[in-house]
Amino acid sequence: MSGPSTRSVLEPSPWSQRLAALLVIVYALITMIPLVWIVLTGLKTPPDAIAYPPKVFFEPSLEGYVNLFTARSRQAPEYMASLPPPTSWYDELVRKRNMVITGPSRFAERYLNSVIIGFGSTFLAVFLGTIAAYGFSRFKVPLKDDLLFFILSTRMMPPIAVAVPIFLMYRVLGLSDTHLGMILLYTMVNVSLAVWLLKGFIDEIPMEYEEAALVDGYSRMQAFWKVVLPQAKTGIAATAIFCLIFAWNEYAFALLLTSGEAQTAPPFIPIIIGEGGLDWPAVGAGTTLFLLPIVFFTVLLRKHLLRGITFGAVRK
Amino acid sequence: MAEIVFENVTKRFGNITAVDNLSLTVADGEFVVLLGPTGAGKTTTLRLAAGLEVPDAGRLRIAGVDVTRAPPAERDVAFVFQQYSLYPHYTVFQNMAFPLRSPSQRWDEARIEARVREIAGLLRIEAKLDNLSTKLSGGEMQRVAIGRALVRDPAAFLMDEPLSSLDARLREDLRVELKRIQEDLGATILYVTHDQMEAMTLADRIGVLAEGKLVQIGTPRQIYSEPASVHVALRLGSPRINLLPVGALGLTDGPAGATTVGVRPEDVILGQGGAAARVIAVEHLGAETVFLAESEGNKVHALAGAGVMRHAGEETTVRMLPGTALFFDGEGHRLAAARASDAEREAERAHGT
Repeated sequence: MSGPSTRSVLEPSPWSQRLAALLVIVYALITMIPLVWIVLTGLKTPPDAIAYPPKVFFEPSLEGYVNLFTARSRQAPEYMASLPPPTSWYDELVRKRNMVITGPSRFAERYLNSVIIGFGSTFLAVFLGTIAAYGFSRFKVPLKDDLLFFILSTRMMPPIAVAVPIFLMYRVLGLSDTHLGMILLYTMVNVSLAVWLLKGFIDEIPMEYEEAALVDGYSRMQAFWKVVLPQAKTGIAATAIFCLIFAWNEYAFALLLTSGEAQTAPPFIPIIIGEGGLDWPAVGAGTTLFLLPIVFFTVLLRKHLLRGITFGAVRK
Repeated sequence: MAEIVFENVTKRFGNITAVDNLSLTVADGEFVVLLGPTGAGKTTTLRLAAGLEVPDAGRLRIAGVDVTRAPPAERDVAFVFQQYSLYPHYTVFQNMAFPLRSPSQRWDEARIEARVREIAGLLRIEAKLDNLSTKLSGGEMQRVAIGRALVRDPAAFLMDEPLSSLDARLREDLRVELKRIQEDLGATILYVTHDQMEAMTLADRIGVLAEGKLVQIGTPRQIYSEPASVHVALRLGSPRINLLPVGALGLTDGPAGATTVGVRPEDVILGQGGAAARVIAVEHLGAETVFLAESEGNKVHALAGAGVMRHAGEETTVRMLPGTALFFDGEGHRLAAARASDAEREAERAHGT
């Protein structure tokens, strides 16, 4: 006999909750393995990284990170012996492989390019998207539905399908291998997503708030700034993360359109060549550092993201 | 405070005429309630006054100034919305201070603080000033919304069913408070509702709207006892006025052209002579009792005191207080007919039920 239950009929039973939790944990573990492997690889020595069978337990080394940030050259043992004792721990690490540091690598520069282009295009896409979405949401725009469909249609093919025309266009316009060119390109791809996502969020903000502000003596711009934006911030945060992830991870256009000046980290990391093939610890180190900003912002905005992704499903 | 004047104002949305050639003057310090069903154009009328809609024809003056095309900010009116009235990202204090911080007001912070506290005291929400506006009960939210309108001392208040989302008890409390505040401040208020009780208790004058037209405007008593049409007669009174064909229950003395006769339930008397009838249903409402009776195929509501005991199925008789019937023609317009004086009716009623 069971006593009167205190839980609602809509609430799952404790056992199904436990089962669901278990499934989520297993799924998380499976999806995390590649990431964990990348982080671990970044901490291995090159021989450990390519050892077979693969090493799960190993002595951690910062060689990957040193290699990532430095340019090195191999020297004859006689030359190595003639050098004065190493002045730093990373110097020592490099010399063990019969090499000397000749200068910094271009990784920091590429990383900075990624930051400029990723955040720049995200800001621009979200800014334009917010304004456009507000316009579509609040005003009678002629051919509104057609325009919205047109905006959406820019996402109906993979962006890379137009790579050749864009390559030619950019060459003529002098936008190839420039920060501005890459920012504009990623903004163009992201702005349709931003408009559609943000329109959904702004549609959900009742008009009465702005009307109240208008009657209270504010102009429409001021009402937008003081009343609409603060309430749209969840949507803006979610949209910004989506845009940033795309711009940050984009590989194909970056490979095609950039080389010297504006190259971002994604095309740079795979070309870190070491002695006798890819320097896997350096690749692992570069990838780990590359992942950090997205992880950071996703964790920072996770509360907004959860509401953002489920928007429309739950009405407050 | 100032007067609001609508002059032949028309507003269309596509094929629908929401407000049709409306002329209305809300005098300085007057409380006018617009009453009508959903879609009658009440809210559109308010929004026109606020400047949230621009009329297609006609003119609008507030405090003697033509504001037909002026933006809302220039009209110096305060609007209380039905719901969604508070900014959810602000505290109660910030909500109430919001109009005073607008570019057209720009009060200094010390004055804002004093003013908000004063109005919060008036509305008994001082204790909630630091709460986030979403952390309030429905009644408190509406109080804050009214407070946000009051802080500014505007030319006029426009209120769109401000009490409709509240429960009955709160609605009653706030109604009394609102009337008190209006009288204290001598405020000009244009108020929209579909609740006849609110209209009757709050209004200096009630304007009845139907399909965008102002059908009748007058004091609550005029609207109740001298409705211009069947439509107006049906809007006020609970239970609703009884509408019967002329000739029913011996009501044959109507003027020429009358087709329908209206009798208020309180003017229907059971068991005191008249036509044979049968009680169908009885509703005890505490202080009064509503009977539904049937006579000659017509159903009639009768309102009686709590002491009158009858039960469903009982055979009885039904008649009207003489002179209380309202006669309407085929199009629903009321026809003038000699009515008994109020004193005569009171005497009869005391004698009757």
